[in-house]
Amino acid sequence: MIINHPLLGPRDAAEFVYLGDASLINRPTSDSDNAAEKFYEYLYLRDNVAGEMRELWYHEQGDRSWLVVTRNTLTHEISNVELARDVARASGRDR
Amino acid sequence: MRYSALQVIKQGLTGNKGWTPAWREPEPKAEYDVIIIGAGGHGLATAYYLAKEHGITNVAVVEKGWLGSGNIGRNTTIIRSNYMLPGNEPFYELSMKLWEGLEQDFNYNAMISQRGILNLCHSDPQRDGFARRGNAMLMAGADAVLLDTDGVRKLCPDLDFDNARFPITGGLWQKRGGTVRHDAVAWGYARGADERGVDIIQNCEVTGMQISNGVCTGVETTRGKISAKKVAVCVAGSSSRVMSMAGMRLPIESHVLQAFVTEGLKPTIPGVVTFGAGHFYISQSDKGGLVFGGDIDGYNTYAQRGNLPTVEDVCEGGMAVMPNIGRARMLRMWGGVMDMSMDGTPFIDKTDIGGLYFNGGWCYGGFKATPASGWCYAHLLATGQPHETATQLRLDRFKRGRMIDEKGVGAQPNLH
Repeated sequence: MIINHPLLGPRDAAEFVYLGDASLINRPTSDSDNAAEKFYEYLYLRDNVAGEMRELWYHEQGDRSWLVVTRNTLTHEISNVELARDVARASGRDR
Repeated sequence: MRYSALQVIKQGLTGNKGWTPAWREPEPKAEYDVIIIGAGGHGLATAYYLAKEHGITNVAVVEKGWLGSGNIGRNTTIIRSNYMLPGNEPFYELSMKLWEGLEQDFNYNAMISQRGILNLCHSDPQRDGFARRGNAMLMAGADAVLLDTDGVRKLCPDLDFDNARFPITGGLWQKRGGTVRHDAVAWGYARGADERGVDIIQNCEVTGMQISNGVCTGVETTRGKISAKKVAVCVAGSSSRVMSMAGMRLPIESHVLQAFVTEGLKPTIPGVVTFGAGHFYISQSDKGGLVFGGDIDGYNTYAQRGNLPTVEDVCEGGMAVMPNIGRARMLRMWGGVMDMSMDGTPFIDKTDIGGLYFNGGWCYGGFKATPASGWCYAHLLATGQPHETATQLRLDRFKRGRMIDEKGVGAQPNLH
């Protein structure tokens, strides 16, 4: 698989480390009600979709940026690549 | 028809005209006591033991494709019980004992060959770890022998013992481990279940679950609605997809594991050899082909094929430990989709939905577990209680902080 890095251009997926579902960006906070339940769901439960999935890839052997890659889990086709930083900021986070 | 040497001679002398199909192709009935979703190794084993051990024969096994078309037909055929943790090892040892009597039990030649499995170690701490594991195995009634370098050399003289990075300092040897003719396991269980009245319904995809007031009363399929008192999901690889029909999210990710086979060679690998440090394991089939594999590719996928960087990684591992296989030509490579659970350990459990049961999360260790998985799942379905060796294989263990993490890498399924 070739991941089209937004800053560095096309890179071999073997340069990256895979983390999983991009929803892992949205870590719950410990001061919320039922925080234990929310952390359990955050850490252990997955949608595990068959089809288009947004997922986190870390460019370990490159510029060490985190990317949000939109990839089809049935065909391995990659349709979109964003910097995870931009995705997090767009959702209202400061970094 | 009972298979025997006498039967082979009798049929041979009468033109082989007396053989009958090994199982029927029944139409689905409107209702069953138990519907098992998935006619793979585990599903068919469950049906077999439900009928044979518990006398529950009003059972349907529904299957999207043909029976045995999933991971029972795509694995590397290894059986072993060299686990360590208390929640795991007795279960896998039960499986090993069931393997040992399986062919007589279901009257089918599964070519079970206890040729042994050898885990290689490369340092003193790793050897200490193997000693601990071996002792845990002995305590659970399994067999284990800790070998020094000479012991390994006697078994496998052709390994690269003086590798600069991974010198071989010994190994953990389980003599009762080995290989099995994987497809024959599915066929044997299917035949045995069918003989006892279980309906195996192929080309019948489950498209929905009938759930009302928190109770599952049946399934919708491409061949109509089928009602059941109990619905038992057994579709590792597609667990999340099927359980999402019941509105459940699972502690599972789907990943692909690749496997490879070379052209047939003369006998060179005595049993199964694993080189964990280099992500490589190998055995030799009865036809002579070297069957080998390594780690999962490491990203979520439902495609039954992997990518080339992993192929390179596996072959490098092979060359590091076994340079003499370098000239062997690879014939085929394939991939199977794994339920990778959050601690590397499977599930055999009830769900919060009444009448709905779940078996899955087998990671890349499902094949060796086939008999015990069926045995324990059938026990759970028939009695409502988990089997004594499967009491910890629960769906809610993460919530309770009771994970069974053999490798100790945490909730990172692609690292198990």
